[in-house]
Amino acid sequence: MLNYLVKRLISTIPVLIGISLLLFFMLRMLPGDPAQVLAGQMATPQEIENIRHQLGLDRPIYEQYAIYLGHLARFDLGRSARTQNPVSQEIWARLPNTLLLAVVAMGLACLLGIPAGIISALRPYSWIDYAVTMTALFGISMPVFWLGLMLVVLFSIILKWLPAGGTGGWQYVILPSVTLASFVVAFIARMTRSTMLETLSQDYTTTARSKGLTEKVIVVKHAFRNALIPIITVVGLQFGMLLGGAVLTETVFAWPGIGRLIVDSILARDYPMIQGTILVFGLLYILVNLAVDFIYAFVDPRIRYD
Amino acid sequence: MTDASTESPRMTQPAATASRFRRQWAKLKRNKAALVGGVLILVFVLTALLAPVLYRGNPSAPNLMKSLEPPSLENPLGTDELGRSILGRIIYGARVSLLIAVGVIAVGIILGIPLGLISGYYGGKVDFIIQRITDAMLAFPGFLLALALVAVLGIGLKNTMISIGISMVPIYIRLVRGCVLSVREEIYVEAARAVGTRDAVILIRHILPNVMVPITVQTTLGMGTAILFAAGLGFLGIGVQPPTPEWGAMLGSARNYLFHAPHVATFPGIAIFLAVLSFNLFGDGLRDALDPRFKL
Repeated sequence: MLNYLVKRLISTIPVLIGISLLLFFMLRMLPGDPAQVLAGQMATPQEIENIRHQLGLDRPIYEQYAIYLGHLARFDLGRSARTQNPVSQEIWARLPNTLLLAVVAMGLACLLGIPAGIISALRPYSWIDYAVTMTALFGISMPVFWLGLMLVVLFSIILKWLPAGGTGGWQYVILPSVTLASFVVAFIARMTRSTMLETLSQDYTTTARSKGLTEKVIVVKHAFRNALIPIITVVGLQFGMLLGGAVLTETVFAWPGIGRLIVDSILARDYPMIQGTILVFGLLYILVNLAVDFIYAFVDPRIRYD
Repeated sequence: MTDASTESPRMTQPAATASRFRRQWAKLKRNKAALVGGVLILVFVLTALLAPVLYRGNPSAPNLMKSLEPPSLENPLGTDELGRSILGRIIYGARVSLLIAVGVIAVGIILGIPLGLISGYYGGKVDFIIQRITDAMLAFPGFLLALALVAVLGIGLKNTMISIGISMVPIYIRLVRGCVLSVREEIYVEAARAVGTRDAVILIRHILPNVMVPITVQTTLGMGTAILFAAGLGFLGIGVQPPTPEWGAMLGSARNYLFHAPHVATFPGIAIFLAVLSFNLFGDGLRDALDPRFKL
């Protein structure tokens, strides 16, 4: 198990290098001069040249990347071209906020999506199944940022129950996390429904039924346990969607997380910050999928990592 | 599928195709959700095409005297912060959204299908290289990849289309490659190869038609995703720029007036929701009718 953990961790390094390479070269090869953008419209050619030199943009591109990669190995993501603060420092300050939002949202999505999917599968083609299926389809089609705005209108402006944005106590987390959860709950419910439908029709479920086991035991211990692998997979994959959704949700609720930082950096063409934030998002996504791999082994003893 | 083994042996190829089409069409018609989706798509497309007829006026011309007016007979959905009719902007916004969706799919198809065909058919080193690039792209969730590409290409309508389109390329590559792998060893492909048919002809005439079902379904569902992503970018201020009437950008500016005029944020959101829902409903129905094996 430990061997597998180390191997999988090492295998993420080339992926990360690949992502950094892709980001680094894409940002520099395409049109748009960051030095010109940072210096502003009124800057003299000398000022632009100075900024280019400061950022190392006057060096050959492979040299720029080698320096960048060397810094990356030391967790040095460079300095923000906009604020001059270290990129890692700014990301580190905001990372806990994004993670809090993502974890609460995913917890909520699982709490709602999994039971909804199970109930739907237990009564296929009934009104409750149609209700769950249609709600899920509505959820997938709904723009998360619009839902966020509508929740603000209802709970902050009309009812005055919850704050419209910002950070503070637990009450600040509710609306952003519900909004973000809506983004993934539909996928989890749909996947739970379809895998449960499959496991409920398997021979081992029929055997359990013929043995006279209670419906609860059949559903929880036989059908659901076997349905867990695809559900966990979809939860892991949806974590990526959640990160994408975080960019929008954080903007709606003025939540100081990495998502908002990416947007601000794109608007300012702050290249070091764009690279850093997207790299961290990529890393988070890879780590979650790594965690999913290990959870497989715990929920399904047939899976062994030798 | 070109394999018509389930049809009567006496049936000619066009007759078999027509019969299959009729069967699938009947199945699609029985699916009420798909029908609702189809009707909504029709409304959406007609709104986009007939925008100048449906709203006579300039949807981008400001009229500050009528700023943030609630819905009325004159302006059924009210006005925005610059006094522009929200209804007019939603109607013209349908054009922008449809244009983006078509553009995105075009980019996805033009790049994704040939790469998927080549990757699946030739295998070996070409397949390895294409698949590793696909892996790297799939390491980013779709919206984040589009965001990263916007960071590179810059903001605006054209770049929104290209960015979202490129973010969909790996999906098409994987989809097409998977289908090619399953049909490239079929006897009719082998026979075509044996009589000396050129690879390009085999790929286009024998393999591509077998990939059309999943591509059609993916394209329908992809249209919804494209509209949603484009609205998201517009909302963040890094997509289509004002004064072009784009639904996401409309929501982005409406955010500042939520306390005084919540209606400004309500209607563009409903428009996005209905447009995306229509493609999702129709896409789901299409998949069930054409081939339920292709669960995406």
